Amino acid sequence: MSQKITSYPGHEITPEDLKASKYLEIIQKVEPKYSWAAGVAISRFLNELKEGRLIGRKCDQCERILVPPRMYCERCYRPTDSWVYVKDTGTVNTYSISHVGTDARRLKSPLLVAVVEIDEASPGMGILHTLSEVEPSRVTIGMKVQAVWKPAEERQGAITDIRYFKPFEGV
Amino acid sequence: MRRRVAIIGAGMTLFRRRMLETGKELSFEAAKMALDAAGLTLKDIESVVEGSAPDAFDGVHMKGEYLIDGSGGIGKPYQRVYVGGGTGVFTPVAGWWNVASGLYDTCLCVAEEKMSPLHPHPQYAFWSIFDQILERPLGTTLLWIFSLEMRRYMHKYGIKEEEIAEVAVKNKGNAVDHPCAQLGAKITVDDVMRSEPICSPVKRLDVSPPSDGAAAVILASEKVAKKLTDQPVWLDGVGWTLDSTHWTNRDLAYPEYVEKAAKMAYKMAGIKNPRKEIDIAEPYDPFDYKELHHLEGLQLAGKGEAPKLAIEGVSQRDGDMPVCPSGGLLGVGNPIAAAGMMKVCECFWQLRGEAGKRQVKKDAHTAVAQAWGDLMQVGTVTVMRS
Repeated sequence: MSQKITSYPGHEITPEDLKASKYLEIIQKVEPKYSWAAGVAISRFLNELKEGRLIGRKCDQCERILVPPRMYCERCYRPTDSWVYVKDTGTVNTYSISHVGTDARRLKSPLLVAVVEIDEASPGMGILHTLSEVEPSRVTIGMKVQAVWKPAEERQGAITDIRYFKPFEGV
Repeated sequence: MRRRVAIIGAGMTLFRRRMLETGKELSFEAAKMALDAAGLTLKDIESVVEGSAPDAFDGVHMKGEYLIDGSGGIGKPYQRVYVGGGTGVFTPVAGWWNVASGLYDTCLCVAEEKMSPLHPHPQYAFWSIFDQILERPLGTTLLWIFSLEMRRYMHKYGIKEEEIAEVAVKNKGNAVDHPCAQLGAKITVDDVMRSEPICSPVKRLDVSPPSDGAAAVILASEKVAKKLTDQPVWLDGVGWTLDSTHWTNRDLAYPEYVEKAAKMAYKMAGIKNPRKEIDIAEPYDPFDYKELHHLEGLQLAGKGEAPKLAIEGVSQRDGDMPVCPSGGLLGVGNPIAAAGMMKVCECFWQLRGEAGKRQVKKDAHTAVAQAWGDLMQVGTVTVMRS
């Protein structure tokens, strides 16, 4: 605000004003429903999730294995070349302990969320998911994790076919 | 070929959690103040740019068209621009195209946001910016992406939460002197550290609030600006770049898209050593660590070195390079698009020596304002000179 300006416009509605119904409110609920096509690349990815596998796409020019897969390489700006299965294990790139849900309300118990860099994909190729079977205080960046899958009959071809990632138990 | 562009007036409304005014009314108030400051009326304006962030906040589709009468755009070449949180600084960038190109001699740039209509909380709108197939089913909130990025930034450079909290202390403190501020307060690092954890490591006082508000500037060609004022502020550099929405495939410790936008703006403005040549910075600070992240992207601090600026006093209002002397989003408030424009307004007032109690101590001639947005992917930058 310039010191040349001595008053500034606007009327605040305070929480007290709301409680006292000082101003009119017009309330409408908008409930659109969408049905998305998953696309060429992600449809295959989802079908592989149903089989309990992760898959990426390889670009032969930059030699990256892209996860999530795309039919084009956004860097080389050319079609990608082949499907490549990758492991369902990975490394925690970063993590957070979320105390709030989608609408900013407090969650009953905190949720561990992470970016997991997938093994056998190119370095830095992470996906967003949750972590479990681990105390929040034990999670570290660089920690090895593995996918915990839903039983085959419950899988629907969705990212939630992986229930969560847990600390890697293999060798 | 390119013409020099000046800012010749600025205006803004109060920033508050909930305002009685509609988006149109807020746009009008900010635009009218900017016009009055420039000594112009709407008749003198040749083109209008409106910036506003997601339509989902208001539940009003075609928001640009809805806002047009409040923004003064009726019957004129008018455009609404939108690059998420980067919109507020992108709005004068788009205005600059209008004037620098030679198409128009005057352009009114207005940015508004009404976040309050959405219930139960404006945060809900951010759910729908995530990938609908691979990310939303996990129950995403925008706070996740910030806490994940903050953690990665801290890990990469060994930065402590207490060091980051210094930014919240500085900005909320600066905002005490801003007459439009929503959350100006004198707080301590301890207050930040003890505030409620939201999405660890992010705590309540690390975050800016949702807000309603508007801000505006008037741009003019050199010829017109020199006729109207002996204190033009030159918009000498603009830059913007975007990365993909594949944010989980990106280095979260460093905003490369901000670096690219900054380098574009610096090159245009002939700035070779940003840290030496820039007197005031208004980087986007929706979270305290974001100011640090962006200072590094803006080449105003080495990678991982930005926390030192607040701690050593460099970025304080009386320091060698004041950062967010306005009080930033953390203190003044965060009506998304209007918040970025507020930063441009602050640079304008600071460079004219009109910032009153907020006036920086040093003799300032060059300022940079920057905004950021969407899925860790947008950088928008303006360089201004007195």
